[in-house]
Amino acid sequence: MNPGVATVYRWELTKLRYQKRTYLGLGAAIAVPIIFVLAIHFRPDRQGGDFAFSSYLTRSGLAVPLVLMLFGAVWLFPLITALVAGDIFASEDHNGTLKTIFTRSLERGQIFAGKALAAATYAVAAILLSGTVAVVAGSIQSGFNSLQTLSGTVVSAPKALELVYVGLLVYLIPIATVVAIGLLLSTITRNSAAAVVGTLMVSLLFQLIGILPGLSGTTPYLLSTQFNAWQGLLREPVDWAPVVRAAWVCAMYGVPALAAAFLVFLRRDVAGG
Amino acid sequence: MTAAALDGPPPVEVRGLVKRYGDLTAVGGVDLTVNAGDVYGYLGPNGAGKTTSLRMMLGLIRPTEGSVRLFGRDPQTTVRALAGVAGFVEAPTFYPYLTGRRNLELLAAFDGNDARRRIDTALDTVELTDRASDRVGGYSHGMRQRLGIAAALLREPKLLLLDEPATGLDPGGMRDMRLLIRRLAGEGMTVLLSSHLMTEVEEVCNRVGIVRSGKIVYEGAIAELKSSAGTTYRLSTTDDERALAVCRAQPGIENVQADGGRISFTAGESAVAELSQALVEAGALIRSLAPQTVTLEDLFFSLTEGDHPSRAGAAAAAPQPAEAAR
Repeated sequence: MNPGVATVYRWELTKLRYQKRTYLGLGAAIAVPIIFVLAIHFRPDRQGGDFAFSSYLTRSGLAVPLVLMLFGAVWLFPLITALVAGDIFASEDHNGTLKTIFTRSLERGQIFAGKALAAATYAVAAILLSGTVAVVAGSIQSGFNSLQTLSGTVVSAPKALELVYVGLLVYLIPIATVVAIGLLLSTITRNSAAAVVGTLMVSLLFQLIGILPGLSGTTPYLLSTQFNAWQGLLREPVDWAPVVRAAWVCAMYGVPALAAAFLVFLRRDVAGG
Repeated sequence: MTAAALDGPPPVEVRGLVKRYGDLTAVGGVDLTVNAGDVYGYLGPNGAGKTTSLRMMLGLIRPTEGSVRLFGRDPQTTVRALAGVAGFVEAPTFYPYLTGRRNLELLAAFDGNDARRRIDTALDTVELTDRASDRVGGYSHGMRQRLGIAAALLREPKLLLLDEPATGLDPGGMRDMRLLIRRLAGEGMTVLLSSHLMTEVEEVCNRVGIVRSGKIVYEGAIAELKSSAGTTYRLSTTDDERALAVCRAQPGIENVQADGGRISFTAGESAVAELSQALVEAGALIRSLAPQTVTLEDLFFSLTEGDHPSRAGAAAAAPQPAEAAR
């Protein structure tokens, strides 16, 4: 059988199973919602804060994943995503293994595609895992109850669960852009730590721009804003505008980053290792 | 070796290969040809550009100028040019968190076809079967070198490119590596072996390319290099003063020097026979006349040290690259 992108993809997933950083990221994706629910449980006044769905945290467990998405966008999910995306090419430089795999029977483009898909798969798995843990832990804590939307209407628990998972899928749009930025920095810096921290810094920089006075006009076009696109689903009727905007704004950042990473990877000299 | 193998494009054909990094010229116009069945020693001091050349041959870095053809194919355009080619540059590298066998499984998957079926045989060949289930992170340097050979064998190569395969090995490991290379060559594999270990090259290679400051200063058969350099003889007679004059006047006798009560010179066998007769006729009777073996190391130093590649000494008569390579 001739090797191809699927071969690289399968082996990248296998390699991820043997690396500590994979479990560090997935561990955080599981631990953070549990810690969050424990914090709600042990909070003396059992009241939430002043943010979307905060008042529902003690009334419906389905509010927990939504609040997690809200705060996870600041650094948690970009960091979990960057742990693998920022490392996936840089670790080959660290181990000196690019020369080993470049001299087999796969084109560089195939190797790039397989690795990029594996990094994206890990990010999807981490987000969905975290969301699921939040649903389960939240439901144990506050019950599997109906949820009030941002428009003030109340939706049944099964409908709310559906909205949570569709919201998580929408959340994956900006996450995909973080993956692309991580891949670019991983390819350019050839240093895992620099790429992981750099990806997080880029993510934080977007948030900083959003709060700077005089730059509020840029807010709809910032990557950080797109992490809130899922909130359009929690309105009645559903507001698709932020979702559509998230798609093209994220493509505007993600596609050039991915293309640049691809070209750098294709053309680079493997002089070390 | 089949006739087809001899008739086809050579396994390695490098022409005018140059690699510059800014102002630094790492490889300055290398021309070399490795023919089918050769065990070719690519010799040069550290920093001469051997590894950079090998990286370009494997398509890992782009040449600034020049071309590389492996069996007539360009490794810069597609990895398919590496079909039938395997090897490693510098130390072979693997994923330290995977076992030796798992690393080979990954590489076999990347090779495709039936490479996976060759894993056990390859591990057996390099005597790593017992340690195949250990993580590579715990392997010694020698074990990684051997795993590198095993990884190369998965591809059933017709051409093996090895960069300093014995570097860092203990004497036993070096001997085993030499035996392994000789065995593979005996099975019909063409081998290009970069090294700065003269003993290694002299023992296993039939042809050499000697690189100095990024340029080939000699390419050809080791035997030809030695014979063209001429054999050095030491002579002692009953009248060394007269013998010295005879030597200097005798055709075919070169580099005549009086050396600690003895005379040394370089010459071919027929010239030495004629010299013997001339000495007797001149009344300088021979006490001893013995050839001194010129080693590849002597020739290597002569070609790679000093201001000019064809510096004085044994290599003075060595063919220059343009002559030797053709």
